[in-house]
Amino acid sequence: MSASLSARNIRVVRGGTVLLDGVDLEVRAGELIAVLGPNGAGKSTLLGAAAGDFALSSGSVDINGRSLADYAPRDLARVRAVLPQQITISFPFTVREIVAMGRSPWLNDDDDARITAAIQRMDVASLANRTYQTLSVGEQARVSMARVLAQDTPLLLLDEPTAVLDIGQQERFLAIARSLVDEGRAVVAVLHDLNVAMRYATSVVVLHEGRCVASGSPQTVLTPALLSNVYHQKIQVTTTADGRSVILPERH
Amino acid sequence: MTTARRTNVSAVGIFLAALFAMTALLSLATGAFRIPLGDLLRIIVDGPARDTVDSIAHDVFWQVRLPRVVLAVVVGASLAVAGVLMQGIFRNPLAEPATVGVSAGAAVGAVLAIIVGLNQLPLGVQIAAFLGGTLSTALVYVLSRTDGKTEVVTLILTGIAINAFAGAVIGFAVFVADDDEIRSVTFWSLGTLGLATWKAVGVVIPLAIVGLAASVGFSRVLDTLALGDRSAGHLGIKVERVRLQAIAVVGLLASSAVAATGMIAFVGLLVPHIMRLVLGPRHRHLLWTSAVLGASVTLLADLAARTLLSPAELPLGVVTALIGAPFFLLLLRSTRRSQGGWA
Repeated sequence: MSASLSARNIRVVRGGTVLLDGVDLEVRAGELIAVLGPNGAGKSTLLGAAAGDFALSSGSVDINGRSLADYAPRDLARVRAVLPQQITISFPFTVREIVAMGRSPWLNDDDDARITAAIQRMDVASLANRTYQTLSVGEQARVSMARVLAQDTPLLLLDEPTAVLDIGQQERFLAIARSLVDEGRAVVAVLHDLNVAMRYATSVVVLHEGRCVASGSPQTVLTPALLSNVYHQKIQVTTTADGRSVILPERH
Repeated sequence: MTTARRTNVSAVGIFLAALFAMTALLSLATGAFRIPLGDLLRIIVDGPARDTVDSIAHDVFWQVRLPRVVLAVVVGASLAVAGVLMQGIFRNPLAEPATVGVSAGAAVGAVLAIIVGLNQLPLGVQIAAFLGGTLSTALVYVLSRTDGKTEVVTLILTGIAINAFAGAVIGFAVFVADDDEIRSVTFWSLGTLGLATWKAVGVVIPLAIVGLAASVGFSRVLDTLALGDRSAGHLGIKVERVRLQAIAVVGLLASSAVAATGMIAFVGLLVPHIMRLVLGPRHRHLLWTSAVLGASVTLLADLAARTLLSPAELPLGVVTALIGAPFFLLLLRSTRRSQGGWA
């Protein structure tokens, strides 16, 4: 069970606006790729393109060397899972029922065990019998991630998985993300927190106005010059006493 | 509300079965000609060919009551299940064949068929009702969706527009119709089980069975659709295809019901909502329990229609609308609250 994704030369035009132009994205088993960039840079669009949500103006997306178009929807759902930014659920389903929906590409004997495992891994067992609508935004995000984990795919595409989590939940989430990578899964995550990317990503892709302006290991890519240029904000990278890089906006 | 309230399915099943048996027996016994329970059971045991009780009771039972009760059961179950399917595919608890105009579309098809003279053909009216109903379902679907989701306001307003258009067509039909045709046209727009015959039952039952059986196949998919089109797609569901199939089944169920009894509003709204409150939203149980409760509710409403002003008979559609419309208002308010209001 391993997967690789290769998106090449992605171009997306919608309503006459070029949202992405000539962007590449590669991820292999055991890697966590962080997609970075300011608001409106095209991060979510890139994730949607990789997920096969819409037709591309040009470019190709392959999973395990096979074009997305050659997959039956169910087969694709057994290879890759997608965590969207936020989900509204139309009826009062309970947390456990929602996590169980993650099993719908499979329907095996071990579904119940996997649902329980996903619920425990995301630490939402205490919410299992509550309806999604009664949860806080942070709790909803963890439930959605539990549903994605229940899908049990070698490739995961996560759109801002940590955006609504508090700092403690965020650290626990990143530990889970790292363990997913250690299990040999391939993870692509859209992130806003540059320090998180610096610390956890195998490599990063920085988008700016629909183009990829840099990619590679976070230590080489995330430089003050590049970040200051992309975010229109003077940004400095300092090193703490224990040798970790910290990215901070310059303040006066 | 911390923990979701869910009632045990077996308990609900037993309750619904008992309710159904009681309302069915009550409907069979009660009416202009009263059949005592003992006689009723003997007549049932005797079967249609033998008569050891009383020839009037025997004929009333086999020729009048039973076809009427069977039709009520089939139509009630069809409308309730059509409501469940429609709410599932539109992801909206307010969708229902009557409120969004599907029933009106079917009635328009039937009425036009009568005016044009298609009622001379076998099944001509039923087929026209089916086409009208399916067409308006598709129309509602196309018109009320933006960016892959259905906004409540758009859905209800689309229903208003389609209902208004249907009302105008039916009004025009009444205007040009002769006396005989007016009687049938009124029947379509008010809804009644008063014309139930074995022939009518024979037409609806096969369509309803096909529709009800097909609906079972949607139960898991409808659950997953609650996540929204995009996430359902990521889980391997062919969302557009499923939606079109479900719309065809709704068209089949709602239209065959309307073809047999005319427009009966709100059963498809009220019944799934009650079952969702009791059992939760999972469609596996929601579908069959709604079918049973829909049958019982329609039997009770018809009982009220034919006994409240006895010997006169109220149109069934009037009774369901009298109960259903205030309920719809309540539901509208709570939906509005849960969605944070709409501008």
